[in-house]
Order: sequence, then C-alpha cells, then structure tokens
Amino acid sequence: MDLAAVTALGVLFSVATLALLSLGLAIIFGMMGVLNLAQGEFLMLGAYTVLVASSHGLSVWAGIVLAPIVVGLIGVIVERSIIRFLYGRPLDTMLATWGLSLVLVGAVTLTMGPTTEGVATPLGSFELGRYSVSIYRIVVIAISAGASLAVYLALRYTRAGLVARATMQVPQLVAASGIEPERVYMSTFGLGAALAGLAGSVMAPLTGVVPTLGLAFIAKIFITVIVGGPMVLIGTTSAASVLGVVESAVSYASTPIYGQVAMLTVAMVLLRLLPNGLSGLWRSGL
Amino acid sequence: MLTRRTALGQLGGAAVGFAFAGVSGQRARAADEIVVGSLLDSTGPINIYGLPMVDATKFAIDDINAYGGVVGKKLRLVEFDTQSNNQLYTQYATQLLLDNKVAVLMGGITSASREAVRPVVDKYGALYFYNEQYEGGVCDKNVFCTGVTPAQQIGNLVPWAVQEHGPKFYTLAADYNYGHISADWMKVYLQKAKGDLVAQEFIPLDVVDFGSVIQRIQSAGPSVVFSLLVGGNHIAFYRQFAAAGLNKKIPIVSPTFGLGNEQIVLKPEEVEGLTVIYPYFQELDNATNTKWVAAWRERFGANYPYITDSANTVWNGWHLWALAANKAASLEPAKVIAALESGLSFEAPEGAIKLDPQSHHVVHTVHLAKVNNNKGFTIFKTIDNVEPSDTKDVCNLIAKPDQHTQYTPKF
Repeated sequence: MDLAAVTALGVLFSVATLALLSLGLAIIFGMMGVLNLAQGEFLMLGAYTVLVASSHGLSVWAGIVLAPIVVGLIGVIVERSIIRFLYGRPLDTMLATWGLSLVLVGAVTLTMGPTTEGVATPLGSFELGRYSVSIYRIVVIAISAGASLAVYLALRYTRAGLVARATMQVPQLVAASGIEPERVYMSTFGLGAALAGLAGSVMAPLTGVVPTLGLAFIAKIFITVIVGGPMVLIGTTSAASVLGVVESAVSYASTPIYGQVAMLTVAMVLLRLLPNGLSGLWRSGL
Repeated sequence: MLTRRTALGQLGGAAVGFAFAGVSGQRARAADEIVVGSLLDSTGPINIYGLPMVDATKFAIDDINAYGGVVGKKLRLVEFDTQSNNQLYTQYATQLLLDNKVAVLMGGITSASREAVRPVVDKYGALYFYNEQYEGGVCDKNVFCTGVTPAQQIGNLVPWAVQEHGPKFYTLAADYNYGHISADWMKVYLQKAKGDLVAQEFIPLDVVDFGSVIQRIQSAGPSVVFSLLVGGNHIAFYRQFAAAGLNKKIPIVSPTFGLGNEQIVLKPEEVEGLTVIYPYFQELDNATNTKWVAAWRERFGANYPYITDSANTVWNGWHLWALAANKAASLEPAKVIAALESGLSFEAPEGAIKLDPQSHHVVHTVHLAKVNNNKGFTIFKTIDNVEPSDTKDVCNLIAKPDQHTQYTPKF
C-alpha cells in the first residue's frame, strides 16, 4: 500500500516537472511558432537566479518568486533585439536562438564559473508507511498544477488572453481594432520566458546547477510540446502526462536508462500514429 | 600521415593554440628546457575533479624548478584542457608525444580517459603517469599509477562499515569502466568481510533525477549505501537522498565522495557524517602537509575551497618522476623507468610514500574520515602502509616486463 502510494507520487512528480518545464515552450513554440533553441538556457537562468538570491542571503522561495521576473525581462529584451526581426523565418530563428544559447552559456560560465553549484532542498521530509518522501516534491507538483491552471485561465478568460490568441491567428484584425500586435508578441514571448524561469528556479534545489544545465532538458521539452500538438495547453499537459508516466513507471520498474528509452519510443510511435500530436484528436480547445 | 580527418581536426580544434604550442615547443628545445605534458579536464562535468589537479600540476612544476629542475634544466609545461571529452585525450596525447616531444606525459581523470591515453603511450614507447584514485589492475611497463586503489580504499572501508553499520550493502556505481570494476572489487571485499550485497545499480553520468533509485533503496532497506557515483550530475543523489530524510537513517560510505569537493557544493546538514577513505586530507597533521597547505593558500588564495586527494596525487606523480629522472641522469623513458623501479620513496603531503617497483603503484597510508559541519573532513582511523595488493598480487613488471594490460577481479 505505502509502496503504491510512493510510486504514484513519484510518477505524478515526473509528470508535473515535465509539464512545468515545457509550459514556457508551449507558449513560445506551440502558440507563437518561434523555434527557440535557447529555451533550455532560460531554464538555466532561472536556476541561477535562485543561486544568486540565496548567496545574497535570500531564501529559496524568494529566489523562486524573483526568477520569473528576471527571466521574463531577459525574454522581453531577447524578443526586442533578436526575435522580432525573425517572425515567419523558422530556419533563421533556429540559427539565431542556437547562437543565443551559446552566448548565454558562455556568459554565465564567465561570470559564475564552470563548476557545479547548488542550494539545499528546503522543507525536509514526511513519512509514508515505511518510506520517507521529500516535502519539496509535493510543492513542485503543486506549483506545476498552479502554473498550468493560471496560464489556462488567463488565456481562456481574460481580455489579454483573448487578444494574445487573436494576434497569433490574425494580427491584422487585432491591429485594426487599435492594438499593436508588436507589443502583444513582446509580452507573450516574455510570458514564455518567465514560465521557463519559474521552472528552472523550481528545479534548482533538486539538482546541481551548471551553465550547461539547459542541454539536459531542451530535447525533452521540444518532444513534449510537439507530441502535444496544436492545442498548446491541453496538448502539452496531456503529452507530459503520457510521456512522464511512461518514463517514470519504466524507471521505477527497471532503471533510469530504460525509462528514457521507453519515453522516446512512445513519442516516436505517437507521432507516427497521430502526426498532428495528441491534441489533434480534440475538436476545439486551448 | 596527414589524413583529411586529422587536418580537419587540427583546423577545427584549436589551430591557433596548436600553432603557438608548436612554435614555443621548438623555441624551448633551443633554450635548453625540458618540455613536459599534462592533460586534464578544466571544463565539462569532470572539471569538479580537474580544477584542483590543474593547480597542483603548475604548483608541482614550479616547485621542481625552484629546486633546480631536472638534470640541471628547467621544466616547461604544455597543457591541454581535454573538456571532459575522451576523444580529445587521444588527440592531444598524440599531439604532445609527437609534436611537442614531451619527456613525460601526465594526466587523465576518469578511467575511460586513461584507457584512451594508454594505447597511444604504449604505441610510441613513452612514459605516462596517471595521478588519480582508480579501480586498480593497470599493469603496463610504460605507465605509473600513483593514485589509491581498491585494496587500499574498499579493502579497508568495507570491513569497517560492516562492523559499524551492519552487513547489508546497496551499491550505486557510475555506469562506465571505473564503476563496474570497482563494484566487482566491492563484492570481493564484501564477501571477505561476510557482508551481503542487497542490490547494485549502475547510473549513467547524465542522470539527475534519483527519485526511483531512492525509492528502491528504501524498499531494500540496506544497512549501508555504498556510493561509487562520479561527476557533477551525481551530486544530485546526495541532495535528494537528504531531502527524503534518509541521510539520518541510512549511512552512506564512499571511496569517491569528496574528490570533486562534493562536501563544498552540498550543505553540511545534507552530508554530515558520510564516511570516506583517502590517503590525503587537507586536515592531515604532519610537517610536510602544514607547509604545503600554507604554500598552496599563498599561491592560490586564502579561501581556496579544499585541496583534494587528487591534487596531492598529482603533486606526488610529478615529484616521483623528477626524482627518478635525476637519479637516472637521463630523460630516456627506459632509464627513467629503471630508476622508478629502484624502490623510490618520497615525503609527500599525505606522509611518506613508497613506489612499488613490481606493480608501478604506490604504497599508501589511508585514513577513514567523516564529513564534518565545516565543509571538510574529520579523520577518525588510520591504517598504515597498505599495499596495492589488488594489482601487486597479479602484476610483476620486473619478472615479466612486456605487459600492457589491466587486470580485473575474477569470481
């Protein structure tokens, strides 16, 4: 019984982290169509925000609050200075953002050093039968659920969300009603970056923080968003659920290596059977 | 032979650096210097081990030069950052031996990197020092392994842990040659100590989520977790183990923890009490070490994180070579090897060490220590002059010199 509960928590944790890590890319790539290869570095910058905050005596929680703000602002600067010249040019965007990712890794290596750093996991643990589980893992699950829900509600029910969605579909119409599409692009990209910053900051107390941290995640989050398909939020969360469950269930039953193999295999099979992604099955949604 | 591939490699690698190294190498020979080579990782995931070793290399060479150099000439170091990439080890080793014509080659951190360098060294009949803790068994006329081996570490750590914590062991090992061979040695010594291996797991170097591993450890309920984890990513294990509250319940012992200054990256409350075993600790109380640590801090800064066992081993490697070359009054590998096999001893920061002629390994005094709350270690038990018997029992390079192999434990 306790084994089942602990395993279920573990699986839920995998799904939650995958969804949280992919959420920013769901906006930037899924919704805006920007092939941002520097998304992994946005995660890395979020993690470093926590590191810098805690080395200045702030708590991990303060770092997690600051990270989306800092990385969101960086996202806005990146959009203004690079991305806005490249809308509708996917190959050029890939090249530019790949270059940006190298620059960001290099800049952080120069300023923070190439070594692995870290902050301790806060909150301690609780007992579940014979097992003890880190409380922070539960918090991560809650943050992931909260962030996904907040983004969904904002895009679905607020005026800003409506404008953002409309701009991605028919920018001329939005312009005709007196709103500058340029500014909508800028703030939407900033939101995607901010979400990546949040995800990176939440992961920081669980692993070591290095400048090349983004490399470990970039492939995984692109796969999740692509498997998710056209409806960015429902698609990404359902893809995260399927892939996260497969990866962690296989990891728990065997080893982490087979977990990764199984996840990639399932992603390939899914894309073969559903070329439009999982949410291609839905008729309408977000 | 210059193939298209090597030409491209040179262009793509670091053409400018190569050119400079080449030019200054020739100038150096004219100026009557001895060129020596070093290959270590100062970037990439293995740099947690490499950075103190790079510092120790420069420190040792300056020290040898300050005391008159080797056969009356100064040493000049040519070093390459191998970027935690084994392919670069082969490439740069060839470069150092053929182009820079180094008198001795030192370096390599992971056992995979050593096995990339060794065939190159054997091919050109050069002399190579591998200065790092490793899984033992290398039996090669051209190679000297100055680091501590399983007989010295695991052979003492396991019996102590069985007695102190109980017989049920759970092994976590990095998934490459070091982890696999060391896990086998662990079984050998565990059997001798009448312990019981509950399970062993091999973890790829890029794994950062240990959730499933931690759950399996809890299900198995071992008395000790034996960690052979390696590299920056695996630090996450200790953090997640502590976050699950297990660091208070299941003790961890490790012959690798600390070499990468894990005790500095992690917080004391996460790893205090974890037990390790090495020949060298910065805290060692002997005259040579006191002087050495003071000189190190003067050179590299008073707040240098921690001087690792690997840094001490690198220092020993360079000095043993310099002693032998001076004794042989020659730089020719065959003559230097003969001098190295004459039973050299050296007053090292770790204490007096002896180079075993027949196995080309070092007899070390080892210390059991626990991580303390001050980002360092507290020594609590010392075992004097432990032979590298894992290698010495099977390898005799005096009786049978023509060997270039690595022995592994047989069951």
